Amino acid sequence: MISHFLKLEWKQFFRSSSFSKSIGAKILIGFFGLYFTGCFLLIGIGAYWILKKQFPEQDPLVLVNSFLMYVIVADLIFRYLMQKLPVMNIKPLLVLPIQKSKIVHFILTKSSCSFFNILGLFFYVPFSVVLITQGYNLAGILGWLASMILIIQSVNFFNFLVNKNNSVLVGLLLLLIFGYFIQYFNWFDLPGFIGKGFDAVYQSPILSLLFLVMLIGLYMVNFKQLRNEVYLDALISEQTKEINSADLSFLEKLGDLAPFIKNDLRLIWRNKRTKSSVWMIAMGLLYGLFFYPNPMYADMEFIYVLVGIFSTGTLLINFGQFIPAWDSGYFNMLMSQNFKYERYLKSKFTIMAISVVALFVLGIPYIYFGWKVLLVHFAAMIYNLGVNTHVILLGGTFNRKRINLDEKAAFNFQGTGAVQWIIGIPLMILPMAIFGLINWLIGFEIATATIAVMGFIGIALHKKFMAAITKKYITNKYVMIHAFKQEN
Amino acid sequence: MIETTQLSKKYGKVEVLNIASLEIPTGQSFGLVGNNGAGKTTYFNMLLDLIRPTMGSITNHDIVVNQSEAWKNFTGSFIDESFLIGYLTPDEYFDFIGDLRGMNKADVKLFLTQFGEFFNDEVLGKKKYLRDLSKGNQKKAGIIAAMMGNPKVVILDEPFANLDPTTQIRLKKILKTLTENKEITVLVSSHDLSHVTEVCERIVVLDKGHLVKDIETSQETLKELESYFSV
Repeated sequence: MISHFLKLEWKQFFRSSSFSKSIGAKILIGFFGLYFTGCFLLIGIGAYWILKKQFPEQDPLVLVNSFLMYVIVADLIFRYLMQKLPVMNIKPLLVLPIQKSKIVHFILTKSSCSFFNILGLFFYVPFSVVLITQGYNLAGILGWLASMILIIQSVNFFNFLVNKNNSVLVGLLLLLIFGYFIQYFNWFDLPGFIGKGFDAVYQSPILSLLFLVMLIGLYMVNFKQLRNEVYLDALISEQTKEINSADLSFLEKLGDLAPFIKNDLRLIWRNKRTKSSVWMIAMGLLYGLFFYPNPMYADMEFIYVLVGIFSTGTLLINFGQFIPAWDSGYFNMLMSQNFKYERYLKSKFTIMAISVVALFVLGIPYIYFGWKVLLVHFAAMIYNLGVNTHVILLGGTFNRKRINLDEKAAFNFQGTGAVQWIIGIPLMILPMAIFGLINWLIGFEIATATIAVMGFIGIALHKKFMAAITKKYITNKYVMIHAFKQEN
Repeated sequence: MIETTQLSKKYGKVEVLNIASLEIPTGQSFGLVGNNGAGKTTYFNMLLDLIRPTMGSITNHDIVVNQSEAWKNFTGSFIDESFLIGYLTPDEYFDFIGDLRGMNKADVKLFLTQFGEFFNDEVLGKKKYLRDLSKGNQKKAGIIAAMMGNPKVVILDEPFANLDPTTQIRLKKILKTLTENKEITVLVSSHDLSHVTEVCERIVVLDKGHLVKDIETSQETLKELESYFSV
């Protein structure tokens, strides 16, 4: 039976129609994974000596133990945000002659092999090996390591229990901050207290059995809960909530663009994938804080351009690069409706243009880092309006991938192709290079002016550009219709 | 008047549709039947310029559909759920389509009041997204949206599938009133022979992409079709 399940998983992975197409994205994720495992491995090997050197009078194991509370809570928060039980794809199995309990066991076992659970081992295992070679008690370390593995697994199952509950997340965050503060003010050393517990596990490894009991307990609770919910109307159904439609009638002023703009705003608010990109806007807006406070970048003025383009253009980039794939689900309908393609593109342009100006205004506090910064940001805004909006709309004609709006955005590369990576060059690298070159050859003012003038030229030619882009969209219509029909 | 001449669609070497000539006069209620893979949806998709013919052309009221887009002004259609915008409520969807078809909010409201019975209180005014409606209710919304903005041609692919018996009867009534004045051409495809014979005055049978029967509907049509398909 298990082999059946495994075969299905294998086929699901390799036969998904997006597999061969998005191989580039998969490789990229693979690299991320390798990078993290590499980091953990290096830290795991080196931790003993690093800690020994930094805190010569303390035992490295005790030190690590005193931080474990943070690690566990952070792990839990991270999982809460990223890891979900993969329940949806068992739907077709429910009516087959397979015991439901078997299906549940399979889902749970599968989850315990996930990347989240393995990653930690790359730290704990080499760290333990180093400790043993350094003359620590073998049985003690093995007991400690076993506890760590059991805790990771317990966190895995605990996460599924709390997953539906936002207040738990808040509680954990509070615990993390609270723990930090009471340690900071030396009131009571909660993490140290918990660390003492782990020290005790090293002293008497038999205590690790407690964690085994905990794991078994959590597994049972999970099993019980899931077993009762393997029904179409419980776990597997998507919950439908009553919704409030916001009144967007103030947009009517935009004339014949209004219906599309209203739709796009609803698109952004009402779908998982786009909703999470709203958070990206906040991140993009704060992007400058990575660079400006750092004296290392103080003399590198071309960084201002990068930050300027990025912070005023996050929505432009995040939203724009998937035009028209956002509408892929109902592209057929749009194509048989009575409107001019130009009107559709114009509405997308308007949304992007408004967002660029709005984000510039929100970014005005950057003047704190000097008037030069704000000046460059202004030039970057003009460049975004005049050049990047058109470039990204043109890039859209190469979109050939359907986007499923109901999926999360983080680490979701659906709809991403080579274009999305290549388009970054004219978008960000080109203005940076031009600015850097002129700044070096002539001076700051001229360089800033050049970027702005390029933008103004783009704005002046807006009508011509739009006509050309529209033409390109129309010639690509059938290819897009066909491509957007392909489910993943 | 919809004219089809020497129309052919090939995927590689496989020809999925080949219609030498087909004329649908204005105001006719036209039914398309055939087994799976007969080419019904392919034909409708070509009529809507969603796929290109390999050869030949379709002319909708003197407009060659893959050369000009002017036919969109007077053609309403519903092929499948991909014609719906899942994240809108039905009301918002009707407003959107109405906007594109030159109707204001009041027009849309007035238009929809005719179909209160058809919607059976399950579509309008419900605080639900289209993607969360049942298949049948989604279909109801799509069919009615296809009739918005006084179209001269209405194209419906499998309109009866997924509908409950009461709604099927109501839909037949709606389609009949639509063609009453002989001004609106209605094209319907279906697997259900009794429904099409009831609604359509002319029925064309497709088989593996070829036109095999072209019948004026009469008392005997249903029997004729049933005997044809019962092979």
